[in-house]
Order: sequence, then C-alpha cells, then structure tokens
Amino acid sequence: MKDDLDETSGAELSADEEALLREMPTLGEVGQARRTFLGQTLAGSMGLFALMLMEKEQALAALAAEPGAVFAAAPALENPVRVALKVNGAAKTLEVDSRTVLLDALRERLEMTGTKKGCDQGQCGACTVLVDGRRVLSCLTLAATLEGREVTTVEGLARGEELHPLQAAFIKYDGFQCGYCTPGQLCSAVGMLEEAKRGDVSHVTEDVTAPFKQLSDDEIRERMSGNICRCGAYPGIVAAIREAHTGRESARTWRFVEEEELARVRKELEADETV
Amino acid sequence: MRPFKYTRASDAAVAAGAVAANPNAKFLAGGTNILDLMKEDVERPNELVDVNRLKLSEIKEARGGVSIGALAKNSDTANHPLIRRNYPLLTQAIVAGASGQLRNMATNGGNLMQRTRCQYFYDTAMPCNKREPGTGCGALEGLNRIHAIFGWSDKCVATYPGDMANALYALDAVVRVRGSNGKERTIPVNDFHRLPGDTPEKDNNLAHGELITAIELPKSNFAKNSYYLKVRDRASYAFALVAVAAALELDGGNVRQARVVLGGVAHKPWRSAEAEAALAGRPASEESFRRAAEAALAGAKPLAHNAYKVELGKRAVVRALMRAARLV
Amino acid sequence: MPRYIGKEMSRVDGVAKVTGRAKYAAEFRAPNLAYGFIVLGSVAKGTIKSIDTSEAERAPGVVRVFTHLNTPKLGPKANTEYAPPRNAREQDKSFRALQSDRIYFNAQPVALVVAESYEQARYAARLVKATYDAEKHTTDTEAVRESARSPSQGPPPKPRGNPEEALKTAAVKVEAEYRIAMEHHNPMEPHAAVAAWDGDRLTIFDKSQEVYSVRRHLATTFGVPEANVTVVSPYVGGAFGSSLRPNYYPALTAMAARELKRPVKVVYTRTQMFTGHGHRPYTIQKIALGAERSGKLTSMIHTAVHNTSTFEEFSDNTTGFTRQVYACPNLFAPTLIAPVDLPTPTWMRAPGAVSGMFALECAMDELAYKLNIDPLELRLINYAERDPESGRPFSSKALRECYRLGAEKFGWKERRMEPRSMRDGRLLVGWGTATGVWGAFQSPASAKITYRADGTAHVTSATSDIGPGTYTVMTMIAAEYLGNRPEQVKFELGDTNFPRAPAQGGSQTTSSVGSAVHGAALAVAARLLALANQDESSPLKGAAPADVEMLDGRLRLKRDPSKSVQIPEVMRRNNLAEVTETFESRPSEERRKYATMAHGAQFVEVKVDPDLGRVRVTRAIEVTACGKIINPKASHSQEIGGVVWGIGMALTEATEIDHRFGRIMNPNLQHYHVPVNADVHEIETIFVEEDDTVVNPLGVKGMGELGMVGIPAAIANAVFHATGRRVRELPITPDKLL
Ligand SMILES: Cc1cc2nc3c(=O)[nH]c(=O)nc-3n(C[C@H](O)[C@H](O)[C@H](O)COP(=O)(O)OP(=O)(O)OC[C@H]3O[C@@H](n4cnc5c(N)ncnc54)[C@H](O)[C@@H]3O)c2cc1C
Ligand code: SF4
Ligand code: FES
Ligand code: FES
Repeated sequence: MKDDLDETSGAELSADEEALLREMPTLGEVGQARRTFLGQTLAGSMGLFALMLMEKEQALAALAAEPGAVFAAAPALENPVRVALKVNGAAKTLEVDSRTVLLDALRERLEMTGTKKGCDQGQCGACTVLVDGRRVLSCLTLAATLEGREVTTVEGLARGEELHPLQAAFIKYDGFQCGYCTPGQLCSAVGMLEEAKRGDVSHVTEDVTAPFKQLSDDEIRERMSGNICRCGAYPGIVAAIREAHTGRESARTWRFVEEEELARVRKELEADETV
Repeated sequence: MRPFKYTRASDAAVAAGAVAANPNAKFLAGGTNILDLMKEDVERPNELVDVNRLKLSEIKEARGGVSIGALAKNSDTANHPLIRRNYPLLTQAIVAGASGQLRNMATNGGNLMQRTRCQYFYDTAMPCNKREPGTGCGALEGLNRIHAIFGWSDKCVATYPGDMANALYALDAVVRVRGSNGKERTIPVNDFHRLPGDTPEKDNNLAHGELITAIELPKSNFAKNSYYLKVRDRASYAFALVAVAAALELDGGNVRQARVVLGGVAHKPWRSAEAEAALAGRPASEESFRRAAEAALAGAKPLAHNAYKVELGKRAVVRALMRAARLV
Repeated sequence: MPRYIGKEMSRVDGVAKVTGRAKYAAEFRAPNLAYGFIVLGSVAKGTIKSIDTSEAERAPGVVRVFTHLNTPKLGPKANTEYAPPRNAREQDKSFRALQSDRIYFNAQPVALVVAESYEQARYAARLVKATYDAEKHTTDTEAVRESARSPSQGPPPKPRGNPEEALKTAAVKVEAEYRIAMEHHNPMEPHAAVAAWDGDRLTIFDKSQEVYSVRRHLATTFGVPEANVTVVSPYVGGAFGSSLRPNYYPALTAMAARELKRPVKVVYTRTQMFTGHGHRPYTIQKIALGAERSGKLTSMIHTAVHNTSTFEEFSDNTTGFTRQVYACPNLFAPTLIAPVDLPTPTWMRAPGAVSGMFALECAMDELAYKLNIDPLELRLINYAERDPESGRPFSSKALRECYRLGAEKFGWKERRMEPRSMRDGRLLVGWGTATGVWGAFQSPASAKITYRADGTAHVTSATSDIGPGTYTVMTMIAAEYLGNRPEQVKFELGDTNFPRAPAQGGSQTTSSVGSAVHGAALAVAARLLALANQDESSPLKGAAPADVEMLDGRLRLKRDPSKSVQIPEVMRRNNLAEVTETFESRPSEERRKYATMAHGAQFVEVKVDPDLGRVRVTRAIEVTACGKIINPKASHSQEIGGVVWGIGMALTEATEIDHRFGRIMNPNLQHYHVPVNADVHEIETIFVEEDDTVVNPLGVKGMGELGMVGIPAAIANAVFHATGRRVRELPITPDKLL
C-alpha cells in the first residue's frame, strides 16, 4: 500500500481525498496480483465515510430545541444502577436503568454504534462483543452485571493504525455485503479463535474425548453459526477466518470464461447439440 | 420489560433469601433465557437477584463422580477435561445447543430451568396455559409441528427444548439445591422436570427461592459408548425437532445396560425405560436397536402436525445407538 | 483496455464496515431524541372498540401515546390508509398507521408510545390495552384459491396458440401442483427511522432502497413540498425488497416528531418486521406440460395463485418468465391473486421469478424423467433462440454456453439418471440443475460529477447500496471514464440532495446508475474538449466528444493518443477549479427492438441422510451470462448470496400462520429459519461475459436476483435425484423426507 500511496501523492490531494485514499487500502489490488492486507493501515482516527455522515449529523445537532417541544413529566431514571467498566480499554462509569442491556448502553448511551442490533433476542449474533475476552451477546447482557468487566467491541479491534488481521481478511475475501452482521462476525471470530486455541470442541468435532487439533472449514462453519448473515457472505467469512488463522490463502472461487474456451464451446455446440 | 430492582448477590444465602422473600423475584444467571422472556413480557419479575458472582462455578471430582457448579458456563462445562473424558455425552449435548456466544453465557442451572420455545408461549396476544393459566392452549389445536408426542395433557403440549438435560437424564445426574432456609436437598434429575398435567405453568419441582447449586454426576461406565444426536430444521443454531441421548455399557458384543433419552418430544427429557429394557442383555446390533426404537416410540401420541416425530424418533434412536456402539 | 472495469476490487466502504463506522439509519444522533415503540394489534380483521392508554401515559418517561384517536390525519385524503401509487404520477395512498379504527391484518400497528428512553417506551407499550370488534377473517390462501382473479393492472393474460388442445394431444404429459410457503426478507438490520423537523422542513434518516420515493411519500403525507423533505440513507443493512416501498414507520416516526416538536426514533423489533414491510406471498402453482417424445414442448399451462391483501393489490407476476424461457408454440401462464386478511405482500429477492421458476423447472425435471431424457438435454431441446413471447431477438443470450460450461465444470457427464443411484457412504447423493432467468432492466437515472483540476472527482447519485457493492462499482466506472484512479473518486449515495436514481431493486442499479455515471463522465470530457478547443492551437481541434478520452489528467484522441492536452492547464486557462456535469441516462430506443434478458445455469449437489431426512447442499455452481461484469469480486458475492437464499427457500424458510387467529406465529429468528454458516458449503461462479451493445452503453445486465432464480428448483431436483422423492412443497424440511 505504501507504494501506491507514493505513486498518487504526487498529485495534490485535499484532506478528504487523502482520507479517502487511506480508507481504501485495497484499491491497490485492482488489476494486480492478489496480495495480503494483513497489517494494512487504517485511516487515522476518523474514516472518510464517517466524516461524510458526521456532516449530516452535525447539521441536525445544530438544531435548537423547538419552542413547545414536549418532554415527559418525570423522566428520572428508574431503578438506577451504577456500573464501572472498561470499554475498549477506556474506563467508563455509567448510571443505567436496570433494564438496560449492554447493547443499548453501547448504542444509545455511549454512542458506540458499531455493535449492531439484529433481533434483540439472542437469535442472530449481530450484537456479539467480547466480555473479558469471551464472545457473548450484548443484547442479553444486562449492563448492570458488568461491574469491573472489560468489554471489547468492533471499534476496539484495530490496534491504533492497524486493522486487526480478521478485519483485513474480511475485506480481502469480501466476507460481507451490507456489512450489518460484520461487527458481530468479527468479534465472534476473535473469540472463536481463542476458544479453538484453548482446545475447545464443537458439535462437529468427531471425538470430543481427544485433544482438539485442527480447525477445519466445517469446524469454522459450525462455530460461526451463531452469527447469521442474511447477505449470505458465509464462504467469504470462512475464507477470511481460515487465512487469519493459518495464514493460508484461499483459492478464488470465481472465474471468467476465457475467449478461447468460449470459442471452443461454441464450436462444439454447433457440431453437437448436447451437453 | 417491566421495571425491576437489580441486586448483585455475594452469597448464596442472601440470594436465596432475597428471592424467597419476594414472590415476584427471580434469579439472574446468564440471562439468556430470562431477559429474552422479559423483553417479550412473558416473564415479569419486579426484582432480579444476580447470582453470577456466587462461587458456584467449580467443576470437580466428587463422590467418585463429578460435581459441576450451577453457575459454571455451558462452554466451560462442555470443555472441562473431567467432562470430556468421563462424560463425553454431556459435552456433545451441550455443544449441540444454541451457539458459541450463548454457551459462553448460559449457566448449567439456567439451562436446566430454560422454558419452552412454544410459539404461543412467546406471544402474549395468544392463549397459553403455561404463561397465563386458564387461557387455553394455543398449540393443542394450532401449529404443533414442534410440540410433544409424549406425556402431554390437553392443558399443554409444549416440549422442554434443552439439550444438556437430555444427557443429564441419561447419566442419572442429581440436582443439588439450596432452600431459602439454608437447607440443602438433592433431586434426581429424572424428577426435576414435570409433565404438564393440570399445572403447565410449573416446569419443574423447584420451589420458589430454591437455588440450584450444583449438578452431580455419578461415576459412569458410558464414556466409551455414548452419542448425542440432534435433528433440527437447519444445520446449527436451532432447537431440536428430535434429539437422542444414547449410552451403552457393553460387554463384548452385548449390552450390559443402556440409556435412551429422547429430547424435543415431551415436557421433559423423555427417558425410555422400555427401550433400555429392550437393550439390556441383548447383542449390540442394528436389529436390537431397531427393536429398542420401536419400544421407545410405542406409546407416542402425536398431534395434528407432528406425527413425523414418531418415525423420526425411531430412526434417531437407531442412529444414536449405532453411533454409540461405534457400528457406524 | 479498461483499467478498472472487469477487474476485482475490494469494497471502498470496506474499512467503514469492518471498523463499525458505517452508520445505519437507527445510528444517527439527534438532540433531544425521543424513542418510539410500536404497539401491535391482536385480531386479524375488525375494528378497534376501545383503546386504553391511561396506564401507559402514566408510566415514567412517557411523552405521549399516539392512537387512531389522537393522531392527525395524514395523507391526501382523510381515512385512506392504503393503495400505493402504481406509477409516479398517481397519488400516493400507501398504508399509513393509526388513521382509523379499522383492522386489516393481525399485528397491525394500533399505537405508538413515545418516551424519553428506549426501555421506558418498550415497557409502556405493553400497558396499552385495546379491545376489538373482531370480524370473520380469512388468511389461508388455500381457502380463497377458487376466487382468485387477474390483477386489475395490465392486460389480462392471453394464451399463445391453443395450449389446451395441444396438451390433450401431447405424447407425454406432466401435470403437477407446487406450493411455496410465505417468506419474509429478514435483513439483519431492522427497519428504522430517525426524524427531525425544523419548522416545516423534515430530515429523516431511513432504511430505504429508494430515498426519492420515501421523500414523495412523506411530502404527500404531511402536505409539504417535496423540496422540504430530506431523506438520508447512506448504509442499508440488507433489504432484499423490504425497503422498496415506503413502509408505514417513516411517516409514523415523522408524525410523532412533528407533534412533539422534537426528533423521534422508531426501530422495528424483529417481530414487527413480519407485518411491517410485506412478504413473499404464499403461492400455489399448477403446471401442465405437453411434449413430443423427442422432448419438444408442445404445450405449457402454468397458473399461479398467490395472496394479496384486502386493501391493496400486489402481483408477484409469478409466471412472467415462463413465457420467455422455452420455445413453445402453445402456452397459457396467468398469475392470479386472492385477497386475504394479511399485510400486502411485496417484492422479495428475485420476486416472481424464483417462485415461478421453481415450479416450471421442477416440472421440466419431471418431464425429463418421464421422457428418460437428461434434464439438461431437455432444456437444450427447447432452447429459445428468440423471445418466444414477442418474437424479438435477444440482445444477447449465452445460455447454451452456460449449460455446457457448467456441465463440464460440474462433471454432469458422470451423473446417473436413475434416482438413488449415487451415494457417499450412508448418504444419498443427488445432482440437480435449473435455468435462471431475469430481465436486463434499466430505468432513467441521474448522476452528477464534479471533476477538479487536481484529478479528483466527487460523484453523487441518490441510489442506494443495500449490499451489492454500488459504492465500489460506481467508483470504478467514474475512475474508468474520468481516467483518474479510484482513490481519487469520492462517490456518495442515499440522499435526496443528490440527483434522482431509481429504486435499488430488480437488479437494475449498475445498468441504470452506472450508465448515468458513465454519461456524466463523458459529459465532463466533452466539456473539457470544448474548453480545450477554445484555444486555436489545440491539438484536439476538430475532434468530436466521441473521439476523445480522459486518462491520467490528459484529454487525448482515442485513435492517436499522442494528440492530447493537459486537463489542469485547460482548466487553469479558463479560470476553472472544477467542472460539474449532471447527466440523466435513459434506456435507449434500440432496446425496444430486442428482448433484453440475463440468463444462467445452476447446478447443485445435495447429500441426503435418508434416515433422518437431513439435506445438505454440498456444492453449487452458478454459470452466469449477464453482459459485462464490472467487479467480479462483488458479483461473485451476489451469486453466493443468491445460492444461500435459494438454500433458505428450498430447505428452511417458511412464515407460519395460525389461521384460526390469522396471526403469524414465527415472527422471529428462532422459529423462522434462515440458513446459518453451517448450512453453506462450496459455491463457485463462472462468468460467461456477453458483448451486448444494446442493453446500455456499459453492456451490463443485472445479476443480484439472477443468481437465486434457479436454485430452489435445482435443489428440489437434486433431492429427487438423491432420494426418488419429489417434494413439491417448499421448504423441504426433514419431516417431508421420512
Ligand atoms: C437463540 C437461542 C437458542 C438456544 N438454543 C438452545 C439449544 O439449542 N439447546 C439448548 O439446550 N438451549 C438453547 N438455548 C437456551 C440456553 O441454553 C438457555 O437460555 C440457557 O441455558 C439459560 O441459562 P442462563 O444461565 O442464561 O439462564 P437465565 O436466563 O439467567 O435464567 C433462566 C431461568 O433460570 C433461573 N435460574 C438461573 N440459575 C438458577 C439457579 N442456579 N437456581 C435456580 N434458578 C436459576 C432464573 O431465575 C430464570 O428463571 C438457546 C437460547 C437462545 C437465546
Ligand atoms: S403448549 Fe403449553 S406453552 Fe404452548 S400454548 Fe399450550 S399451554 Fe402454552
Ligand atoms: S441482537 Fe443479539 S443476538 Fe440478535
Ligand atoms: S453482510 Fe449483510 S447480513 Fe452479513
């Protein structure tokens, strides 16, 4: 990526474009041999796409409260619970309604919307985060229970400027389309790889009495089945995890039919109308 | 979700006392079942007593067998060397359930206590005797493809949906509970869950305020020949249509003793004494497994949409026994 | 040689999505935000007798409870809650919540509780108590099947030739009935809106596949000029058709925000989604095929009946493609609709086509077995060289090549015709195939490009990206024709401040919006040429816009690249820092002379556990002929998505209704089973590119739907091949194979 940056930085780029450029670390792939993106850089602290949307939000934020705006009579917090926890390394102290689940605390209180709500019932995995390093569902975790715990969300996966290898691999293998299940998939994958490293078995492990050895594709599929992707990006997700886990690249599963091949087939079809 | 008071219990006595003192209080363990049901307004406690910090998550050898803490997580239980080595059936049953995330949250006690997945139970606009005694059973003459074929009553045809308990029934586990008065008692797991009868609102025989502290597994001779089979509508992350926990103690080619428990077919894990009797002393062969399967399902009473469970149950029993005997 | 088009490119929005920075509708902040929670009704038909909100209103944090009693009348006519416009000119009367006491379907919204926090709103919603005067309802399409009628839209279907007569005299016949369960889209992102008014100006963040239609809907709803409404939808967490029409919640949200004079957010729960945006209708299909012994089709009669609602007409056009797939002189293929007391169905991925082709392609398989002809062979025998419906030639059609290449790759030759003849240990192996077909649609679309002297460009169009990779593909097209690098292009979408674009549906985005971006880039080049040629000494003197291209900051003659000008210099001479062009592309006249369609051949392998009825789709190959492929990486993902959806439809998905109550009983992801990771195995795509100069200047056809169309049939056919069981009712769950 460095080289690509140098190549284009000859032209004068606005701050936006520079951000964009860094936002698109994979563009170097166009027309080139496949390459590894592990360790690619991440655009500073604020990505371009976030910037674009920030503008829209800021326009809204500038809105003053309208005269006559209606508020509840007694909006005081019910059954308040104080919790001190860490989120992505930062200490937070929150006072929450006892009913608040971690997912809503993140999204509505801490304004960390990277963690997604897909069902709010434990049935999809979109809300997966790590608590003390273990993958759990934030929609079924009361915030009140988290005193002293350490929460890691998708926002906390990258190490400073570096994407987490799984993040990079998801981009490389197109392990998402709409991107909505992706934060949950990523946190789940991080936790899952830890579990595998520890030797945990799964439903498809042939012999659970023996030490667990190899994280096969079927093992990855089973262990990631708690994360639904309605776009169906599962094969890309499996390829990404496989590479992050083993460093092994996966073969492409698509191809163009070459001219010559097409010509041959057409000729054969003319001669013989069968398959 | 109704407003509720949240307290974090630091000792079992306080926890049990707090719940006993308030008929509308409940324990909070992993939260994976109760919070879901509270969001749906099916469970309506006004107080939750968080028991997660109680020291009840140990898994250790005890009385020749193993004792597993009620608050040990499902995933830690399944992967504990003592369990994997001595009770692989339990490991298989646990990892057949839910998802990796949920198993990291779910506790063993909470898992035993999990409520049915009957659609009518979940929908507060629908009649359901379990949720709202006296309103009728929506499923009896409604959609009952996933419901019971054994032991149901015209008050309720729901199934117990869990996997872990099916293995516990096969392994003759004992549930250790602590009453609010501090007294401990044990309940053989086979007597833990109830049939619906006229009181489907009662899932099990635990009294209000009683806290499960541990599940005890007696020494087992089934480690070599057991298998947990789960048939569901998709490959993973779905409840069982039918599940079978099968365990054999073999003596050469013969079955010394057997355990056959069906899941997804009744209001509790359905241990088949008939099948076990049909197996004892017989050769471990497909033929006797078939006879056992016939015996296991002989008393089944299917509903309008679940007759398939009878045939599926038979085949699942045969397959599970074949796997347990390592014949396939 | 293109630099970018046709080369694989990772998503430009990839980093935003993997870091959690991509913002979806519910994630926008607004000051003084209040939370709305919808209350659903509990009868299928009737009127609301009473609704008691007092307890809810007293609950802590509650700002207001809206019901039909205190909600202002919205829309052009009081009390019209239904009938969406059929075209852009017609009045918008689509369903609006809380407008009367009338109940049209079970789980219809009957109240909206707004509170200071989400927890408070959710709780108070449970305290709203309604009673109803229920009326007798019907939700079972089977029960009203006989009264099904043609949709009033469009001409009634006419038979081609004399199908009845031809069927009678056919040497070989297949007659069968197929059923498809009702299905729901279930995108992972629940529908949501955040609405804020500033006087009579509304800004709304919404989950939408077409921001302009939401804008129009809201403008008519609130009687404000369209220009006053801004709809923003930069990221959409999947939609699959569920956000093609304005659903009821944006108007509801905006209504509450206007009444309360503060921003309001409403997010559907998973359960609310099941009655909040339509569904793929329950469909019954009857097919009769007549053929000669040679396999030549002589008659096709294909009748589909599916549900619509009592208050709106929706036709899935289930049998539409039946008319265009095979050459057959005698055909009748009507789609009939029957109203029931359910929400109105809507388009769901590969709408109509996947349902219709499920039935047709299974029937073709049945016919192949009757004739003892290889199923693939049978399709070749009936290959349509021209569009059988209109008689027009295809603008391009490489389907025959798809069949052949797919067969080679899949190893079809090794297939033994006889069912239950292939095994893998205890498992039965089945191979099935089906044809995929979809229209190569194009709609008018606009895009705007601002090209700057430094070579960077800002490109906008109000299209959306629900997942296919629109951000990326438009960036590639712009860079290709502006001659700059993709990292110098910033493409934005999903905002009514941008030029109009059609809905992202029907696989028409790349052809429509791509053509607009392409056109806008050419317009920039033409403008630069005109500017350059103001200079007497321009080396491009006399050149027409079509003769030049932009590349790396130069404008040059295509046939003699040595003749060029430096763009920055031209701009500097004209005192311009940037050049802006807006272009509207429209489908060409030329297209009318042709049938424009995309095709594909789909092959799957299943392994069936004959004892337990478990089916696994172990292998799938998509061979796709849909014009030019711009970004094969994202296109492959689309095909993968199509297969996964096909697996869901074939094996796991069904919305279940208890007809006694007329209520959907599995409105959640524990009982409605979408495929999980473990359900999906190898999926390969082979692109057979077509040189199509007719469809549009880029030569692209759509593919998002195409990849799904044949899969359910291919799976059902493979299950038959594996087991000898012909399951004609989807989904094929384990109980159906015992
Ligand atoms: C989407 C989904 C899919 C699932 N799939 C499966 C599956 O396939 N198979 C399966 O077996 N399970 C499945 N589960 C269920 C899951 O395993 C249970 O929800 C879980 O085991 C409950 O444990 P918990 O600790 O979270 O209990 P909680 O939700 O905390 O508590 C449940 C109930 O038990 C009571 N309780 C908890 N601990 C104790 C105790 N020590 N003593 C007395 N009472 C106690 C609580 O008061 C409460 O009433 C699934 C759950 C979800 C959400
Ligand atoms: S089966 Fe039991 S849980 Fe289900 S509706 Fe009937 S009473 Fe309720
Ligand atoms: S949102 Fe938590 S599992 Fe779906
Ligand atoms: S990427 Fe859209 S749901 Fe997974």
